[in-house]
Amino acid sequence: MNNRINDFIVRFANVNGTGSASANFLFAKTVFRMGIPVTPKNIFPSNIQGLPTWYEVRVSEKGYLGRREGIDLLVCVNPQSMAKDVLSVNEGGYFIFDSTKKLNPEYRREGIHYLGIPMMEMANAAFDDPRKRQLLKNIIYVGALAKLLAMDESIIRQLIEEQFEGKKSLIEANFKALSLGIDYVEKHYEYPLSFKLEKRELLGEKILVDGNTACGLGAVYGGATVMAWYPITPSTSVAEAYENFCKQFRKTEGGENNFAIVQAEDELAAMGMVIGANWNGARAFTATSGPGVSLMSEFLGLAYFAEVPAVLIDVQRAGPSTGMPTRTQQSDLLAAAFASHGDTKHILLLPATPKECFEMTAESFDLAEQLQTPVILLTDLDLGMNDHVSEPFEWDVKRKYKRGKVLTAEELEGIGKFGRYLDSDGDGIPYRTYPGTHPTKGAFFTRGTSKDEYAAYTEDGAAYKRNMDRLTRKWETVKKLVPKAEISISSKPEAIGLLFFGTSTFSSEEAKDLLNEEGIAVDSIRIRAFPFGKEVVDFVESHATIFVVEQNRDAQMRKMLIMEMDCLPKKLVPVLNYDGMPITADAICQQIVQYLNPKRLSNHELSKTAV
Amino acid sequence: MSYLKPLFSHPKLPKNKLGYTLKEYEGSLSTLCAGCGHDSISAAIVRACFELSIEPHLVAKISGIGCSSKTPTYFLGNSHGFNSVHGRMPSVATGANMANRDLVYFGVSGDGDSASIGMGQFVHVIRRNLNMVYVVMNNGCYGLTKGQDSATADQGSKNKSGSINPFQAIDLASMAIELGASFVAQSFSGDKQQLIPLLKAAIKHPGFAFLNVISPCVTFNNNPGSTKSYDYVREHIDATSAKDLVPGKNEIKIKYEAGMSTQVEMHDGSEIQLNKLALDWDPEDRNSAVNALQKARAKDEILTGLLYANTDWNDLHRTLKTTKTPLNQLKENELCPGIKVLNQVNASFR
Repeated sequence: MNNRINDFIVRFANVNGTGSASANFLFAKTVFRMGIPVTPKNIFPSNIQGLPTWYEVRVSEKGYLGRREGIDLLVCVNPQSMAKDVLSVNEGGYFIFDSTKKLNPEYRREGIHYLGIPMMEMANAAFDDPRKRQLLKNIIYVGALAKLLAMDESIIRQLIEEQFEGKKSLIEANFKALSLGIDYVEKHYEYPLSFKLEKRELLGEKILVDGNTACGLGAVYGGATVMAWYPITPSTSVAEAYENFCKQFRKTEGGENNFAIVQAEDELAAMGMVIGANWNGARAFTATSGPGVSLMSEFLGLAYFAEVPAVLIDVQRAGPSTGMPTRTQQSDLLAAAFASHGDTKHILLLPATPKECFEMTAESFDLAEQLQTPVILLTDLDLGMNDHVSEPFEWDVKRKYKRGKVLTAEELEGIGKFGRYLDSDGDGIPYRTYPGTHPTKGAFFTRGTSKDEYAAYTEDGAAYKRNMDRLTRKWETVKKLVPKAEISISSKPEAIGLLFFGTSTFSSEEAKDLLNEEGIAVDSIRIRAFPFGKEVVDFVESHATIFVVEQNRDAQMRKMLIMEMDCLPKKLVPVLNYDGMPITADAICQQIVQYLNPKRLSNHELSKTAV
Repeated sequence: MSYLKPLFSHPKLPKNKLGYTLKEYEGSLSTLCAGCGHDSISAAIVRACFELSIEPHLVAKISGIGCSSKTPTYFLGNSHGFNSVHGRMPSVATGANMANRDLVYFGVSGDGDSASIGMGQFVHVIRRNLNMVYVVMNNGCYGLTKGQDSATADQGSKNKSGSINPFQAIDLASMAIELGASFVAQSFSGDKQQLIPLLKAAIKHPGFAFLNVISPCVTFNNNPGSTKSYDYVREHIDATSAKDLVPGKNEIKIKYEAGMSTQVEMHDGSEIQLNKLALDWDPEDRNSAVNALQKARAKDEILTGLLYANTDWNDLHRTLKTTKTPLNQLKENELCPGIKVLNQVNASFR
């Protein structure tokens, strides 16, 4: 604990529904504005009011954005969780509590510092309105942290001004609360602490945003006009973001909407609407989580077989069943990739950052229409609902929507008999028409039953098989169009392979550094889509041992790799995390080291993800 | 089916305003059982669209699963059709309608499709007042799986195997009115005189138009003791009225005494039969409609005709304030906010 700069973890323990979220975000955003990499994580219950909730902020000069264990400073304003919270603080760490009431002696332990601040007492004395007292109590502890951690106070004030723009009395009240915290620390404690912040310029053009917001924006940029959805944590804010951006950017001059959002009666209906709209030539999408994917499965099979584009954003949470609705996991891979009965498989896109959420959502509409099939974007609660430092969103001005093989009235005039399921180009992708295109040509009947090349109903086994084989050819085309994996090769021939995707990326990258420090060379591959491209096959073939990092119990990605590429299962070693918390670099390293050298294992041997 | 309808058509077949004959409105040959009520309904749809001079390609036909849901193949061969998932036609129709508000949407469903597996979607499409025609071809049984009772089978009705249905029937028409459907009609597949004008009115209705059509299953539910057999329905039918709802042109006004019936010529030359209106009957009054249905039910009668209509309620597009241009025709520059806006968005996250 000797004078660490920009490298520590602060955790806030609050009561759900007490307005702590905006105060905690104010803290994280200030660190961000100070130019220092920061990763806030909201750990919240499935509850509206009353249960414990935590907000964890990792500050990392080195730019590690994954979670790590160990709390250096805990701000505890929730008596319910205090007993456990006290134990979670690192040796030598700090425990800040509301000293309005005397701290229960049971919560005293050796080895940590206690900093009492009479937050409620000060708030009660300074503010009349009981609701305001509650909210501003939270700002008081931000003030205390400002002093203890040497935060830039002018940035905090600026952020408050931005948040309450034009509301003078609110700004003044917040400033007052902030000063109460600052002054109290000045009078009663030594500051700054042994770890603190120092202004940097490490973030450049980067932004701080959550993945769901990025997905909503990506759908607007990707040209989605119809959204149908059913509320479910943690995907709801995708719909909200899409609606907010549409209201800003998708109004006609007369104030009419260039979009339609339908809150459906359930996830089945949501997917039905998406398929109906896409069938009719509008880009449409839905967002859900695991339980919704289960409900949408029948429709996904229809869309696969009838070849209707559809975009589904699955913000994964911990399953099975209702599972842990407010905890993160990467456990819908198999359910999504093979959703529905019969020989069915779907495209998965696996973003790791908000920027990729934006880009891949926009791209998913191109892919769905080009390939006339559902595209499922798999994010998770961690990426979707937590703010992440991300590269800014980019959009190529020359970019044009790829609407796929859709025949116009003129083109229909020029061809003979229209065959909806004919493979005219040899890539497995047939031509389609929108309803209403031509008075006498191009109409066809879409169905989930077997059909011939001209969309006529048939139960002829040969015709059915021809169609299934064409879908297999199309699947080969898919592999060429989906985003390629990102590969990093260490140049050491004995290097182990590390394979990861989505939100396991940050901690995997950090784990690579830790392993390198241990003298273990690592080649890595970040999967960005399913089906896997040739580069994934090559990577797996060229490494003797590949550690597959994922956040589920059953090693679902590993299973998919084995299924798709006929490799020896033994060479793929699962590295798993499935307690609902984002995976840490320590957890990854420990599992890898244990595998490589089982005798050497001990929990203490590895350096803490440090520094 | 491996055989097709003959292409020959008589040169003197009457043409409609668009110059089309009935032929242009027909579909493939039906594969349903000979005498199936559903085929009569398909024929009525063909006739209604012909008489209204609707461009066939500007119609979208959407169905679920079941015998009824097969019928869209058998009418309007120049229209796109979508035979989707069991009980989920309403959601597919909703999405399709959101994408292009300018088409006519025909949703075809059955009693299993709507009153059982699809009840949730049926209820909610009514709630949203989606602008579509929703036809239930109601035969009280599951045909494709060989005759099991459906949820609209009347209590006490005997099915082909001789067992008596112990459960109460779901009355889709009453339910639709109760739920706020803006147009509810009931008819019988064997009564095209009534069915065709009702279909035409439903097509022109600017919102959700529900038609519950009793359509006997000749194979599995046409036996003595069944309350959905041809004989039973013919004996127990009681028409209320039919009313035309063609908007736009001058209103067609007709006068007739209560208790009389009259024929009215429509703008396009077709005729509509208006049966007597009972003195206490007002098709714009939900209470009156529900009462009449309940009374008829108590007397074991099937009340047919236009039961309820309200053209004042907003359809889903008006509720959502969507632009007049169909959403599927918006151009890229209307959809993508562009790089300048994106830079502002980025700035708001710093």
